[in-house]
Amino acid sequence: MAKRKPKSEGEMTWKDLEIGAIVTEPGNASWYKTGDWRSQRPTYDFKKCIKCALCQIFCPEGCILQNDDGYFEADMYYCKGCGICARECPTGVVTMVEEEE
Amino acid sequence: MAERVGIEVSVAIGDAARLANVDVIAAYPITPQTHIVEHLAELVANGELDAAYIPVESEHSAMSACLGSAAAGARTFTATAGQGLELMHEVLYVASSMRFPVVMTVANRALSSPLSVWGDHSDVMAVRDTGWIQIFTENGQEVVDHVFCAFRIAEDNKVLLPVMIHLDGFHLSHVIEPITFPEQSKVDKFLPPNSYPLPLHPDRPVTMGDFAPPIIYPEAKWAQEVNLRASKETILKCWQEFADIFGHRYSPVESYHGEKAKTLLLTMGSFSETAMTAIDKMRGKGKDVGLVRLRLWRPFPFEEFRRAVAGAETLIVVDRALSFGGPGGPVCSEVKAALYGEAKKPKVVSFVAGIGGRDISPSDFETIVNKGIKISEKGSPNEFEIFGVRE
Repeated sequence: MAKRKPKSEGEMTWKDLEIGAIVTEPGNASWYKTGDWRSQRPTYDFKKCIKCALCQIFCPEGCILQNDDGYFEADMYYCKGCGICARECPTGVVTMVEEEE
Repeated sequence: MAERVGIEVSVAIGDAARLANVDVIAAYPITPQTHIVEHLAELVANGELDAAYIPVESEHSAMSACLGSAAAGARTFTATAGQGLELMHEVLYVASSMRFPVVMTVANRALSSPLSVWGDHSDVMAVRDTGWIQIFTENGQEVVDHVFCAFRIAEDNKVLLPVMIHLDGFHLSHVIEPITFPEQSKVDKFLPPNSYPLPLHPDRPVTMGDFAPPIIYPEAKWAQEVNLRASKETILKCWQEFADIFGHRYSPVESYHGEKAKTLLLTMGSFSETAMTAIDKMRGKGKDVGLVRLRLWRPFPFEEFRRAVAGAETLIVVDRALSFGGPGGPVCSEVKAALYGEAKKPKVVSFVAGIGGRDISPSDFETIVNKGIKISEKGSPNEFEIFGVRE
């Protein structure tokens, strides 16, 4: 789902930058991977899910979307592992577990 | 026909900005800059200048409004002095980092406290590293000429950097001088319309002043540094063309009987003219002394400077600012750094003089030269001295 940019910041040289480091491509914040900030990740027991969408509403990253079966799931490219979805879920669908390499 | 009139330098700056056809002025009044922006406000209010005059609540806001104006591609002018320049400080970095061609005249003033509205270069030196192109001027004509040159340089798409024109508060800003104004048609020819390449426009959205994590920040800064250094080429070209059209010639470092002199004095700003009088007097008495005037402060003209002082035995630098607890006047520190790698270099002596508006007369410059020669021969226990301080 996340767009990837042609050259990552780590590959860009000073000559690749626009004047004043101006960004000329609108909406490219979506390239920015925040998923690697995560130290915990959400796991799901969808049997308990009532599809109330509270997790989606509370997610500060706005990265929780409905999957093909209508259950709510975080996009791991962006999920920072804050655990708010786990805390707010009224039926205990989400459990945070340690992120392992 | 070009017109030569007797006029207060501040008012002349306003008229020069009108001839440069500025679109936006955002400024906050502060002594000794006040008359510049007062006159511009008048020109706009009278319909003599078709521009937006934004009266802001502070200098921080003045420069911030200038950013917005420049981002939209408008020709943007402002002026300030002393404390006002300090209040702008953080926004000055943003202007140069975002590469906005804002032009600002600074009526140089001492910094508080004790409160002083009079002139020196404390304000200049505090903004030394903000990434602006910085030019010192010595008289009213030079300031007027540099308003045109500054826009031409700043808006050149190879440069796209803000330019500060320094003029000494009161010693320049408040004196009446004979000034030649060029014809509008010649200014228009010399100064084409602003062509900022990435102006804010709904059809082409851009992000300015975006977030840069450690992985890209050094690249952004190096690009800025390379660009500021490279601007010297455009500055030289601009001054050459200005000389061809208007007959006034400017160089990054200017010499007055300095080519072969054994002892050199180094000054910047309006005090250079007083120093020239002193040099004439001393040379009349057979003293082998010359003057080097620093015009381009940033980017620092290393080559031109080294060439200008190469033959001298002693170089006496007269700063008009202090670097508390440091190695001497700020200009002197830079001069020493510029010469450090040279095999043959003059002995450098540091004086600080004329701070807080204290006058330096031609005979004071003579005393400074004589004292400087003695210090270069015998050494001194001090890194520098403030000339004329009563013991």
